[in-house]
Amino acid sequence: MTEPEPAAAEAIRIEGLRKSFGPNEVLKGVDLSVATHEVVCLIGASGSGKSTLLRCANLLETADAGTICLWGSRITGPGIDQNLVRRHVGIVFQAFNLFPHMTVLRNVTLAPVKVLHTPRAQADEEARALLDRFGLLDKAGDYPDRLSGGQQQRVAIVRALAMKPQIMLLDEVTSALDPELVAEVLDVIRELAAGGMTMLIATHEMGFARDIARRVCFLEEGRIIEDAPPAELFSNPKDERTQRFLRRIVDAGRL
Amino acid sequence: MDDSDYDGQQGGPLGPGGPLAGLSGSPTPGSFGTTSRGPRLLAGGGRRATAISTASTLVVVGALVAIFLLAPGSAEVRHTFFDPHDMWQSFIGNPKAGYYSVGAAIWLNIRMFLVAEVLILAFSLIIALIRQSTGPVLFPLRVLGVIYVDFFRGVPLLLVILAIGFGVPALNLPVVSHQPLPVYGVTALVLSYSAYVSEVYRAGLNSVHRSQVAAARSLGLSQPAALRYVILPQAVRNIVPPLLNDFISLQKDTALVGVLGAIEANNAAQIYGSTVFNYSSFTVAAILFLLLTIPLARFTDHLIERDRRRRLAGAVT
Repeated sequence: MTEPEPAAAEAIRIEGLRKSFGPNEVLKGVDLSVATHEVVCLIGASGSGKSTLLRCANLLETADAGTICLWGSRITGPGIDQNLVRRHVGIVFQAFNLFPHMTVLRNVTLAPVKVLHTPRAQADEEARALLDRFGLLDKAGDYPDRLSGGQQQRVAIVRALAMKPQIMLLDEVTSALDPELVAEVLDVIRELAAGGMTMLIATHEMGFARDIARRVCFLEEGRIIEDAPPAELFSNPKDERTQRFLRRIVDAGRL
Repeated sequence: MDDSDYDGQQGGPLGPGGPLAGLSGSPTPGSFGTTSRGPRLLAGGGRRATAISTASTLVVVGALVAIFLLAPGSAEVRHTFFDPHDMWQSFIGNPKAGYYSVGAAIWLNIRMFLVAEVLILAFSLIIALIRQSTGPVLFPLRVLGVIYVDFFRGVPLLLVILAIGFGVPALNLPVVSHQPLPVYGVTALVLSYSAYVSEVYRAGLNSVHRSQVAAARSLGLSQPAALRYVILPQAVRNIVPPLLNDFISLQKDTALVGVLGAIEANNAAQIYGSTVFNYSSFTVAAILFLLLTIPLARFTDHLIERDRRRRLAGAVT
């Protein structure tokens, strides 16, 4: 952080985050902060630690060291109600992970009904409104395997939104999609950003990151190498490792 | 993910005539004729195939009946095992003549089966969950779970029934040592079958991908809630056929409780046989057991077929 911001505006603050899987240290001390209503994209090669960073922020992985604070409240360490944290922090996965034995509507209403104890009728109504907003209302009664990948991912986003999270973490949500289905999902994310949702997005879609993010962070080998506004990071990367990564992306025709 | 890959193999937008036709090995009419003659014969002449299969069935069954009827001891066997009078007598029973009704005794098998089934479903799930647990606190329980499953899968059911049925009453404890015989029989069945069924459950729990847990937990569901609403429903769906298979087996194995002296169908048939010196009662017991197991077996087949169709329907779209 170059300039001090009021604490309340800082939605996520991550300091010195470390995480190892066995002998493999995936995060080697990550510092990152995301302001309320800010959209931050994480870019970097596969295995650079983007997914692990997001999963730590949702407490799906337990950090080995370092702290994560949401609006100034620490969520790492002992004595934290994980389920309470997760109500405020939604996450969407690369592989959708919809519940295959439930209809779209039940997928969306499960958590509101079982966790927030929203009455079923009200949960149904809210879910239908959300599905309608993202053009999925006619799919409410379908099972996930009847849907295209893009539709499934949009349902997964709606399912996370149904818990009314203040922060959304998106973990390469378009990486498993056929190219022609990517746009419909990105449109949904754009709409969320326009609505002021605080988002931390791991992505391989460089063009999308440049459009939507207020800041882009380049990760390599478990560290944030460069953290800058997209215009600066993409057209004038300072670090030699960022330059090398972006050159590879350009060579691959993806920027 | 696997489904979508599978999709491509099956045709989908590319179809059999698409650019991948050669790769996916879609049969051309010519190669079909040479590689799979069997199906073609049947498909070729439906009526003729039916006629042939009917004829061959008649020949086989006729030959078996002929052997049975022409065997030197045929009359003896027919009298001993298939005498209509004895079959009827053993079915209705006659306490004054010293034997029980096999038809009434099968109710005990049915009752033992139903009670054991419910207990096994609950108990084996607990064992499976203990064995699947990861917390260090539960380590001793996990070890117990492994020992339990190894032990009761390794010891013959008959020995378990004898040990419980004769051992527990001999302990002369209050209440537990003074139960009716079927209670010990059901206890032994539950102990033995739960070891098997817990492994079936475990396979079912493992068949649900870890990412489903992550998705459920990420929405704020607690571990038990994730298990109950997300993991178990999918796991159970995957294991219904093997579960029913075990229960078909359980229906028959209730007959083993007869060794304790409980008057179930097999024991009633045995008493008839040793009182009247005719074994047609066993035939009656066998028929009654078949009447119990065959519907469940057909139901299992029906579920497997329905599941297969459902998955295929899912893959086509």
